[in-house]
Amino acid sequence: MSKWLTRLFCLSLFVGLSLALLQLPNDDARLSPAVTRQLDASGVSNPVTAVLLNFRSYDTLLEIAVLLLALVGAWAIGQPRTAPATLDDAPLLIVLRLFLPPIILGAAYFLWVGASAPGGAFQGGAILAGGLILLLLGGRSPWLRRPLLHRFLLILGLTIFLMLTVLPSFSGHAFLQYPPEEAKIWILMIESAALISIAFTLTALFLGGPPRSPNS
Amino acid sequence: MAEGGGVIDIFLLAVLVWTAWAAIASSDVFRCTVAFMVFGLLMALVWAWLGAIDLAIAEAAVGAGVTGGLFLTTLKRFHQSSGNHV
Amino acid sequence: MISSEQLYLIAAAALVTIGFYAIGRSPNLMRKLLGINVLGNGIFLFLISVARPPGKSDQSPDPVPQAMVLTGIVVAVCATAFALTLVDRYRAATGRLTLTETDDYA
Repeated sequence: MSKWLTRLFCLSLFVGLSLALLQLPNDDARLSPAVTRQLDASGVSNPVTAVLLNFRSYDTLLEIAVLLLALVGAWAIGQPRTAPATLDDAPLLIVLRLFLPPIILGAAYFLWVGASAPGGAFQGGAILAGGLILLLLGGRSPWLRRPLLHRFLLILGLTIFLMLTVLPSFSGHAFLQYPPEEAKIWILMIESAALISIAFTLTALFLGGPPRSPNS
Repeated sequence: MAEGGGVIDIFLLAVLVWTAWAAIASSDVFRCTVAFMVFGLLMALVWAWLGAIDLAIAEAAVGAGVTGGLFLTTLKRFHQSSGNHV
Repeated sequence: MISSEQLYLIAAAALVTIGFYAIGRSPNLMRKLLGINVLGNGIFLFLISVARPPGKSDQSPDPVPQAMVLTGIVVAVCATAFALTLVDRYRAATGRLTLTETDDYA
């Protein structure tokens, strides 16, 4: 009985949602003209990066905080995990040797090119996370043996971002208001720190629990 | 992106919805996870087709790679802790 | 003839429905998580399909929804990772992957 009730609910949900979405007004109200108007003042020429790191940088600040928060939650709840044992798997070694340098290069490339073309800190950080996860799976994760350095890299993004958001308020500007001539440099600094933090946070989330120190 | 539903639009969306259905309704959770990774890659294609290139890069790296890998690692831990088939 | 934007909206509604179906009907916690991810992706698809450039499409879509969806993807990954540690801990505590003893919702 409840099986058919659920199916009926889902069917009516689908029909109702489709009708509601199809009846959305088809007006041409968009925010892209407003973004294009202020694009030169934002310091970058990629509109998505401008929105992410300048016009709505508060959202990005909170997004990086959410990354750290998820990690804190995972470390609080997950079972302590040791670093995986070193794997001498031949295909993995070949993959690591072939792919790790282009991955690092690609991450740096996305960081730099995000100012003018699709890319940015998060894309670079996610790709670097892929490389770090490969290292982790192969048992070659030296950062897990240096917990202080590991924690420093994890909080680097949020710290730099917070510093650069609070700094303008000391010189009379508003919170999060970059000085317009230096907006590009500030965005680059924030993005670099965020890339490192995003990569290491995603890798730490992959581990699934607090890294257990080897002598416990 | 033509006036009517273009052939590529119809094909992409049909395969997308089909993969999403396979990602939740397959018989075995491992198969569901693999279908979910395919779903993530198809989403990346859809983003690229719609012109949202930043999203395509992010979805390909994170949606398919990290999320799928997370599911696979968790499944592996389940298999290791017990001999049961999930 | 359905326009291509309407096709995307219907596909987004289908993804949301599939996600809800998984959350409601699957006793297995992992399938529920997969359903939540599918649901989230459906909503992202809706956001971007509404954000098409109004003229003919040689410009890129509206950047503000793109930024929102990018943030959404990050938050979805974080939530999924945290939920998976919860599932792992739950399984360690109770030994099963369903919320109740029995396997169906009576």
